[in-house]
Amino acid sequence: MRFEGSDDYVTTPDLKLAVNAAIRLQRPLLIKGEPGTGKTMLAEEVAAALGMPLMQWHIKSTTKAQQGLYEYDAVSRLRDSQLGDDKVKDIGNYIVKGTLWQAFEADEPTVVLIDEIDKADIEFPNDLLRELDRMEFYVYETRQLVKARHRPIVFITSNNEKELPDAFLRRCFFHYIKFPDRDTMQKIVDVHFPGIKQALLKEALEVFFGLRDVPGLKKKPSTSELIDWLKLLVAEEIPVEALRSPDQKASIPPLHGALLKNEQDMHLFERLVFMAQRNR
Amino acid sequence: MLIDFFLHLKARKLPVSTKEFLTLLEGLQAGLGEHSMEDFYFLARTSLVKDETHFDRFDQAFGEYFKGIEQIPGLEVDLPEEWLKAMMHKHLSPEEKAKLDKLGWDTLMEEFKKRLQEQKGRHQGGSKWVGTGGTSPFGNNGYNPEGIRVGGESSGNRTAVKVWDQREYRNLDDSVELGTRNIKVALRRLRRFARLGAPDELDLDGTIAATARNAGYLDLLMRPERHNAVKVLIFFDVGGSMDDHVKVCEELFSACRTEFKHMEYFYFHNCVYDNVWRDSSRRHSDRTPLVDVMHKYGPDYKLIFVGDATMSPYEILQPNGSIEYSNNEAGAVWLRRLADAYPSMAWLNPEPERMWDYRQSIGIIRQILGEQMFPLTLDGLTRAITHLSRKR
Repeated sequence: MRFEGSDDYVTTPDLKLAVNAAIRLQRPLLIKGEPGTGKTMLAEEVAAALGMPLMQWHIKSTTKAQQGLYEYDAVSRLRDSQLGDDKVKDIGNYIVKGTLWQAFEADEPTVVLIDEIDKADIEFPNDLLRELDRMEFYVYETRQLVKARHRPIVFITSNNEKELPDAFLRRCFFHYIKFPDRDTMQKIVDVHFPGIKQALLKEALEVFFGLRDVPGLKKKPSTSELIDWLKLLVAEEIPVEALRSPDQKASIPPLHGALLKNEQDMHLFERLVFMAQRNR
Repeated sequence: MLIDFFLHLKARKLPVSTKEFLTLLEGLQAGLGEHSMEDFYFLARTSLVKDETHFDRFDQAFGEYFKGIEQIPGLEVDLPEEWLKAMMHKHLSPEEKAKLDKLGWDTLMEEFKKRLQEQKGRHQGGSKWVGTGGTSPFGNNGYNPEGIRVGGESSGNRTAVKVWDQREYRNLDDSVELGTRNIKVALRRLRRFARLGAPDELDLDGTIAATARNAGYLDLLMRPERHNAVKVLIFFDVGGSMDDHVKVCEELFSACRTEFKHMEYFYFHNCVYDNVWRDSSRRHSDRTPLVDVMHKYGPDYKLIFVGDATMSPYEILQPNGSIEYSNNEAGAVWLRRLADAYPSMAWLNPEPERMWDYRQSIGIIRQILGEQMFPLTLDGLTRAITHLSRKR
């Protein structure tokens, strides 16, 4: 079982190796990177490429580790006890399985995505150590040990909002998706827009990387923003000339709202362009 | 051999653990990194380094350790002289060839070797490898450098060298503060949970009790969710002698900011007087009177000072002692007012604790505030938090 990239997703050799190491040694792979560099997409693509079902667990600030394993639905049980339902005698009827449990008991190996683990409480990763290491956990209500039939391939993404504990990191492989360079970006765009005019793309990338170099931006435009912007450019049939500024003057690129998502950034950028125009 | 590599990484202050090293070996055994040096590098990085801020340090350490191996197919070992000659002649103009004949091949080779040696010496301290920096040893002599790129042509591993030599992750290093997590964990102790707001959580124990009282008929009880209700007021000393401690203060600040919902912060310089401010760039125009602060944020706030308390004693004790403007009342008066207004307070001092006795101003402030000063280390922070969370 090897992951060799897919038609819709451009991978770099280091990413491929990290994914294959995680698959081969059955350890979780922790993925970090700027927002919009395709962290979540990776799990989807790997699942699709290997033909395995994907189980997603999206983490919020209120998510508890326990919820990934199971939850005990006390309210239903109380209600059923009122109605005299026979179900009530078996506590197992009120255990709601979480994502990890479902993955552990699946008949075939699965891909599990734990998305944005840094959103949860600072102790969240520590509560999952044993579960991810041994791939088993204990259900106290029914006194049963749930063990993975097939160790799932686990992808964990993080946006770096909180540091993760060392004990957790030690159990994972780690990959940092760095921002694609120009060549990789070209490949990524080719995957998304097979028919795009090369001249337009060249100019667009020029503008895009130029914009990323503007100092002081709060949120640099990322790959997903570039893709959106190109979509707009193609849909609006913007000519190449509109991107290329005449007589090398600095100008505001068309539809730049798709690239800059922040009012202050927009303001800063417009001011810079204005200053550049005046100085020439 | 790899154990040495592991120890080398440790010596380079990378936080690698035995478990991770075993994972790497396991990966090698599974045949993951055997195709090329580059694969090995990727495998080592993904299994040993868990933080992109350490990537650059890892790249350097990796380069240092495997440098010897990369250098083996160098000029000293053996580079076919015939090949070299052929390469050179290919790129020489007739005049140069004449010159070459005059100089003599051996002399030229000597020179070449010497220069290569020099270049290597420089590279050990620097960042680039032979031939990639465009300073080919023969560039100066007027020969085409393309012909004699020694390290590149013969090593066969050039691409691999490049990956870690590019040091792409350089600007990631230190962009995220290290140790913030530790600070956060220490700050967690200050959490005081209280149930506030709308009741939207099932109170299981309450429900069971109420249902039992209700003779078995279900009586659902709800309660508000728990929130961290602790309130923190922080005063940061900025500028002057505090510049040395900016990093640790930033760490503390970013940890506090995410940890406490009710956190108010103000800046002061050296000692607090009539005014504090929130934005250092507008400190002269946009000040907040300290009296207002004390009125707005009640005594349930926990007051934390962060400052080195290092200044001239006059700045604390004398009216008009401030170095910035003339203050009507001495800093000591203001400090006492704050100490009275906030029963729960602590002063965190980034200066090492052993230095405190040598600074008069620190002694004065400790006299005014009582034994409430703690060093800004993890241990000191823990002590300060314990002190703050004591009920009074």
